[in-house]
Amino acid sequence: MKVMILAFVAIVVIAVSANFGLRTYAGFSTQERTTVGKSVRLD
Amino acid sequence: MNILRTVLCTLSIILMAGLVQAQEIPDRSSTGGAPTLADIMARQAQQKVDDSARRANTGNPDAGLPITEQLGTRGGASDPELWRALRFNTADVTTQNNGPAAEVLIQDRGMWWLKQRGPLMTYGFFILLGTLIALILFYLIRGRIPIEGEKTGRRIERFKAAERFGHWLLAGSFILLALSGTITLFGRKFIIPVIGHDAFSTVALACKLIHNNVSWAFMLALVIIFVFWVAHNLPDKTDINWLLKGGGIFGGGHPPAKKFNAGQKVIFWSVILLGTSISVTGLSLLFPFEMPMFAATFETINAWGIPGWFNQAPLNTALTPHEEMQYAQLWHSIVSIVLATIVLAHIYIGSVGMEGAYAAMGSGDVEEQWAREHHSIWVDEVKARENKGAKT
Repeated sequence: MKVMILAFVAIVVIAVSANFGLRTYAGFSTQERTTVGKSVRLD
Repeated sequence: MNILRTVLCTLSIILMAGLVQAQEIPDRSSTGGAPTLADIMARQAQQKVDDSARRANTGNPDAGLPITEQLGTRGGASDPELWRALRFNTADVTTQNNGPAAEVLIQDRGMWWLKQRGPLMTYGFFILLGTLIALILFYLIRGRIPIEGEKTGRRIERFKAAERFGHWLLAGSFILLALSGTITLFGRKFIIPVIGHDAFSTVALACKLIHNNVSWAFMLALVIIFVFWVAHNLPDKTDINWLLKGGGIFGGGHPPAKKFNAGQKVIFWSVILLGTSISVTGLSLLFPFEMPMFAATFETINAWGIPGWFNQAPLNTALTPHEEMQYAQLWHSIVSIVLATIVLAHIYIGSVGMEGAYAAMGSGDVEEQWAREHHSIWVDEVKARENKGAKT
């Protein structure tokens, strides 16, 4: 039972870490990125 | 003279080729160059339509009006010409979104994928529901499989803590992924009508967050259990006997088995192979357009000649970035549903379906009589090791 709970805690830890990692290093965001791409053509 | 003959021959070939070319272009004068009914019917029948004239007819920027005039900024292209250029992916698109497929604005080859979503939900729903009903019926007919012999009161360690940790990491993450994935897949049909779009958007966002992040625990656990158990899950001759007797599940005694019987081996390899396939397509979905894999897979399938075995044409290997994603989404969903049905059966037999089975993953040790009935060869091996250890 302890091992099971430990594993479930590990899932939460891994998920939170993954979320942090994806946002920090892989550019994941809830907002659109507009600053790096090509500019809008206005002509 | 020879030179003249060569020139004449070449001219003849060019002229003939031109005539043949001219004959192949359909007459669209009745529609002013627009698709005819025959074109539309042919396209609906999945036939190739010669639309080269339309592809090329996307306006002439040089003929555009100056910017001071009305419509001058369009550079000589009319609305239909502009949309045609977008559809055939020949438009000079510049966008602030810098994704790999951002400049493809219209992708009409995605219609088949859109149509598959309905059958996917319908078949997926009935397969999962059918599995649950079958398990309930089996339980009602067969009942809980008991420990038949007299219990000894002695316990044998079946799985170490590290093995159980890997199992529960996999099981816990799979359940979260299955629930969040099922809500994502079926939400549009079953949940939105009940709670509405606004409430479902919150649920869907939570599911996306869970699905994207818990997936890493699933992939890690997949590696852990593979390392721990692959050696015990290699097929051997005891599996044939076990399978021939149906694992003894319908009576007729318990066939001998090692640490894992043939049924458990099927579960193990299903989880490893299908889980890997789900993980790879999941990564492809998590990082859109950056991990295309279906064109290369289809090329390999074609190279082996597999479509020919079923009298089918070779698979299309010229896939657009969007098509790659569409195949990844379909495959991810289909394989997940198949794996979920297998796991449902595994959960059943490991919990309510068999007396004494849960302890193997619960506490890690099992009743010796249970072990003798279901894994007799393994018990003998454990006892032999214990005796050897006691003597030395």
